[in-house]
Amino acid sequence: MNARFEYLLRLGDDALLLGQQLGLWTGHGPVLEEDIALTNIGLDQIGQARAWLTLAGRAEGTGRDEDTLAFHRDQSKFRNALLCERPNGHFGDTIVRQFLFDAYAVPLHAGLAQSNDAEISAIAKKSAKESAYHLRHSQAWMVRLGDGTTESHAKVQESLNLLLPFVGDLFHSDEVSSTAASEGWGVDPAGLRDAWEATLTETLEAAQLRRPDAAPEQVGGRLGRHTEQLSFLLAEMQVLPRTYPDAKW
Amino acid sequence: MENPLCPSSVLSAFPDVFLKRMEMDLLQRFEAYVASEKKIEPKDWMPDAYRKTLIRQISQHAHSEIVGMLPEGNWISRAPSLKRKAILMAKVQDEAGHGLYLYSACETLGVQRDDTIADLHSGKAKYSSIFNYPTLTWADMGAVGWLVDGAAIMNQVPLCKCSYGPYARAMVRVCKEESFHQRQGFQIMMTLAQGTEDQKAMAQDALNRWWWPSIMMFGPPDDNSPNSAQSMAWNIKRFSNDELRQKFIDLTVPQAELIGLTIPDADLKWNEETGHYEHGPIDWAEFNRVIAGHGPCNKERLAARNKAWDDGAWVREAAGAHAEKRAARKAASNTAAA
Amino acid sequence: MPRNAQHARPHPTQQPPKSKDVEKQHWPLWEIFIRSRQGLSHRHVGSLHAADAEMAIENARDVYTRRQEGVSIWAVPASEITASSPDEKDVLFDPADDKVYRHPTFYDLPDEVKNM
Repeated sequence: MNARFEYLLRLGDDALLLGQQLGLWTGHGPVLEEDIALTNIGLDQIGQARAWLTLAGRAEGTGRDEDTLAFHRDQSKFRNALLCERPNGHFGDTIVRQFLFDAYAVPLHAGLAQSNDAEISAIAKKSAKESAYHLRHSQAWMVRLGDGTTESHAKVQESLNLLLPFVGDLFHSDEVSSTAASEGWGVDPAGLRDAWEATLTETLEAAQLRRPDAAPEQVGGRLGRHTEQLSFLLAEMQVLPRTYPDAKW
Repeated sequence: MENPLCPSSVLSAFPDVFLKRMEMDLLQRFEAYVASEKKIEPKDWMPDAYRKTLIRQISQHAHSEIVGMLPEGNWISRAPSLKRKAILMAKVQDEAGHGLYLYSACETLGVQRDDTIADLHSGKAKYSSIFNYPTLTWADMGAVGWLVDGAAIMNQVPLCKCSYGPYARAMVRVCKEESFHQRQGFQIMMTLAQGTEDQKAMAQDALNRWWWPSIMMFGPPDDNSPNSAQSMAWNIKRFSNDELRQKFIDLTVPQAELIGLTIPDADLKWNEETGHYEHGPIDWAEFNRVIAGHGPCNKERLAARNKAWDDGAWVREAAGAHAEKRAARKAASNTAAA
Repeated sequence: MPRNAQHARPHPTQQPPKSKDVEKQHWPLWEIFIRSRQGLSHRHVGSLHAADAEMAIENARDVYTRRQEGVSIWAVPASEITASSPDEKDVLFDPADDKVYRHPTFYDLPDEVKNM
């Protein structure tokens, strides 16, 4: 198994699925300013996905580029965390999904910035600035929705209850991640959990939200076992390159 | 809106005949001022009709940007490469920004953005009819960028010199950002036209569908354009509809030839004497039908805008409520500290 | 609306009816000033709506610095700005004959009207 390829796919696929879904908000946001903000975050995610997938393709060494990897893999070959394929739902669902991810992405990118691989470190340094901003945005909205009206509080609490069980993949440790960590070019995600917990606790307190009772975590994304949603997402995303495999765009 | 130079309390003390005289004098000065290429600013005196014309035009322009996000936004999820996806997202996002700049300009005339948007949602306000046509294939992203943005730029560049300062400044920003939109559209078309047979057919089909609606974007012919003369006099409008349309056709036809696509107009021919292309008859009945609400997508577009707004109501309210609570908490803690 | 329909939407949004008061609650307008990289002073770039100051800054970043236009942002509530009135500048009413309407001779009165 090519640990480097697998590891980079995980990074790339998380960003790709989030970017793909944030793009669905463009033109449909709750207010013009927020429409622009969500698209900006989506653009950052797509940018990160391109960088990670390009690197993954090179690590694999069979000539697959970012687009081949994005558009010509079936769902079982995707390595994203289940959280990232959860549907947009309403604005609160999207914010909670993004917040749970951002709280993980910030320490992840900080760790990867220390990578002994210059390319990984360079992408991580750029991504770190972006994820810090994303977290600021999603955190502020967690608080606005949690502290806002009775309706918004109830809605965002429900989003949190639904989505929290899907974070398991983010901290999934296995041979791939331990190789990455021991060779010094990646980080072991299990080590990111404390930082993530701290952000979660602090934010829920500010937002006056309750941490739902511990429920068994849904995992499997890192190994290619996904939820029903992913296949629909990919069908839409991949339609053109799949229909016209010889075409250049 | 209260005229700061002539507060109504003062005016009401004068008989009508004097007021008329004062207003005529102001109007003459206003027109001379505008004619000398100077800018009118929000607090300056302006004739009511000028204000109304601007509110109508700027808000329609803003609505067009916002509704215009929908046909292209359609294809963000299906863009055929990650690079194209990023470009398309950035482009549609720019349109949101442009809508925002324009709503801001409109607000300087004394109307609230939310009220202006409510007029769009209720169907009272108009927006550019072009966005009531469907985007059926990826090639439509090319055609919309190349033709629709191309036509829009032609309409918009002169507005950078419009007599109303906030509108002119918003347009400077819009035009600066818009320059990449048409290029990315043309590049999509060019790539398709040089691609596989399927792609070529896709490109030609998109051109066939978007050509006529695009040249209708310049509005009715000059002999049937009721508001044009006044707008020209006020330096809101700089060129006539037909002048701009001609300029667009003259520029675009050679571009189509360059990439091997055919303009869907059998009567199109170059006139050596005038140095312009002559085009076939435009179907104004179709134009009027779409404006009247009977285009292929009028209902979907309005429904999509309404849905986004209604679905977002609880979010806007929550943010407002949180801001109020936070301000109240801060005030309370200040009082406690004092 | 077909586009944004979600395939597996967990809990569809139900909109409770709203009172008119709530509908009319506008987010305030903020004026945005940006300092560019060249180190010039902050310059007015436009306005936007935001519920609070923090959101105004974030929105300004997204709306007005999408192309790295600036390194520093000021957001000022539009309602807090005091503007000079137009008759303080030589706009419509140029220097010498400024504010003619304030001069009594500006008004042609019918002869019948005396001592006005």
